[in-house]
Amino acid sequence: MTGVTVRLEGLVKHFGRVQALKGIDLTLTPGELVAFLGPSGCGKTTTLLLIAGIYKATAGQIFFDDRRIDHLHPRDRDIGMVFQSYALYPHLTMFENIAFPLRLQRVPKAEVKRKVEQTAELLGISEQLLRRPALVSGGQQQRAALARALVKEPRVLLLDEPLSNLDALIRLSARAEIRRLQKELGITSILVTHDQSEALAMADRVAVFSVGEVEQFATPEELYKAPATTFVAGFVGFPPMNLFEGRFNGAFEAKGLKIPLSPGHPGGKGYLGIRPEDIRFDGEIAARVLLVEVLGKDSLLTLEAAGHILKAMSLEGMQVAIGDELLLNFPVEKLHLFDAEGKRIQRQAS
Amino acid sequence: MPLLPQRWRLLLVLLLVIGLPIATGLIWLLLTALFDRVHGLIPQGDFGSENWRFLWQGSVSGRPSIWVALLNSVMFAGAVAVIEVLVSAMAAYAISRMRFPLRSMYLRFALMLHAFPAISLIIAIFYILRILGLFDTLIGVILVKASLELPLGIWLMKGFFDHLSWEMEMAALVDGASRWTLFWRIALPLVRPGILALGTFALLSAWGEFILPFTLIVSGKSWTLALYLQSFMGESFIDFGLMAGVGLFYVLPVVLFFLLGQRYLLNIYSGGAKG
Ligand SMILES: Nc1ncnc2c1ncn2[C@@H]1O[C@H](COP(=O)(O)OP(=O)(O)OP(=O)(O)O)[C@@H](O)[C@H]1O
Ligand SMILES: [Mg+2]
Repeated sequence: MTGVTVRLEGLVKHFGRVQALKGIDLTLTPGELVAFLGPSGCGKTTTLLLIAGIYKATAGQIFFDDRRIDHLHPRDRDIGMVFQSYALYPHLTMFENIAFPLRLQRVPKAEVKRKVEQTAELLGISEQLLRRPALVSGGQQQRAALARALVKEPRVLLLDEPLSNLDALIRLSARAEIRRLQKELGITSILVTHDQSEALAMADRVAVFSVGEVEQFATPEELYKAPATTFVAGFVGFPPMNLFEGRFNGAFEAKGLKIPLSPGHPGGKGYLGIRPEDIRFDGEIAARVLLVEVLGKDSLLTLEAAGHILKAMSLEGMQVAIGDELLLNFPVEKLHLFDAEGKRIQRQAS
Repeated sequence: MPLLPQRWRLLLVLLLVIGLPIATGLIWLLLTALFDRVHGLIPQGDFGSENWRFLWQGSVSGRPSIWVALLNSVMFAGAVAVIEVLVSAMAAYAISRMRFPLRSMYLRFALMLHAFPAISLIIAIFYILRILGLFDTLIGVILVKASLELPLGIWLMKGFFDHLSWEMEMAALVDGASRWTLFWRIALPLVRPGILALGTFALLSAWGEFILPFTLIVSGKSWTLALYLQSFMGESFIDFGLMAGVGLFYVLPVVLFFLLGQRYLLNIYSGGAKG
């Protein structure tokens, strides 16, 4: 079983007057796991359902390898999908749930039994096969849904927030397990989530969605190191990046703040960003501590500098209390610069 | 020691008084059917085997055999129930799940149709059946009865389908089901409580139906039990014993149906997925 290349070209979807997708272009390489990350209502599920063939695109095309598939019935697309609610059939046993796709393909009985048992074994739910979904735990239901998606050996696996209904502990082990299975089987997969730690931990690449659009499609590392837009900068990373609106003028000026930049930047309006963990405390920007939140070994500081509120992480061994005055340093090489539209300004080679 | 609180005893008496006429009717039916003669509610004479002669006499004064009428009644009620459940379920599924032009108008129209008294349509129905060649046939009345009950059936079933999860249907489509397979293998089994409820009501309503067969059936070979029973009323000398016997015979299948089916019927709403 080898995955396919999945290519989305200019996907647009309207629901009446609602423009759910404004034009999605993405290419997934075979065997890759891509996460769709974005706030609620930004069109992640809609994109998935277009790929699955449940919805018809208003415009645009979908290709698996070089075959166009967006006119095909869902059953002819060779897709496995796990829904957020698992969507198991409550009147069938777990066995029959998993067997359902095979029965529809008229696979011989013995073969069905073999495949279902094998898949159940793979997911560790062999003991529950004769029960109905309502009588097993949430984690087992989720596995059954995954088994049902995998049993027909699909070429593409779509996962719509498969972990969001699990409790925190199981969620972590399920993450690792899905990741392992996906790599083992080599199926090109899409994982929808609005939990960024899930996306960053599991995916080869992440597509960050804002309303109806993909803001950036990159590896987790790139998203973190070089966010393409202020939206991504503010959405990826915890705590989120500090963003200041102001003007480039040799240095960056935002009311009351003047932050030196390396030479060679264009002028004009724009944004400057710095991650809380990149702020150092050996500079000239005066700030006052408003709040200290202890996060394990470090503390997250909420600071006020010239009327701007920002966050910073304390360094190890640093003693800070509310009301303290600190002198901040924004290291030049850690700054993220964005133009007036919020697009990243490529750092000049220095 | 009183078994019931004072207030409840009063209520009990009240209920008994209200129930008395119905109970009396049932007792009269039972006694009249079982004994030669009944004065008031006091049986006279022996067991009235004469009252049950319709069972073994091929024909009682020119009527068709009771067994023909019974068969007709069973076929009538059964066919009406099957048609009503099947058509209602399919129509309701389409209305609940699919979008098509005039959908909401259709829904309102269906409800309005149900508000029509069937009897006001009877002349038109008579003509239509004549033209179709279905007048005086069991099939004709079956179709009429089933159609008249469809609006209610569709509304009832739509409510059940509306509660199915969309994600589950999407899952079935991705799993490879066509709309048709999805309907039969996923949607329909999940609205089983609705089917049982609608089927039961359809069956009972058709079993007790009188006015439609009375108007649309003439020849004895198509008589249902209701017509058979009614035929005693027109005679100058009414044999009450015989009539009570036929009446009891007419009620028995329903009683039997409830006795055998009550386990399922009472569980209609307890998600009785185990059967
Ligand atoms: N069937 C539909 N009919 C009308 N509007 C819809 C439909 N499905 C989705 N939408 C709209 O399209 C937009 C995108 O919805 P979608 O479900 O794809 O978001 P999402 O990114 O999956 O959000 P969530 O994280 O909440 O699941 C929303 O504004 C939603 O209201
Ligand atoms: Mg969603």
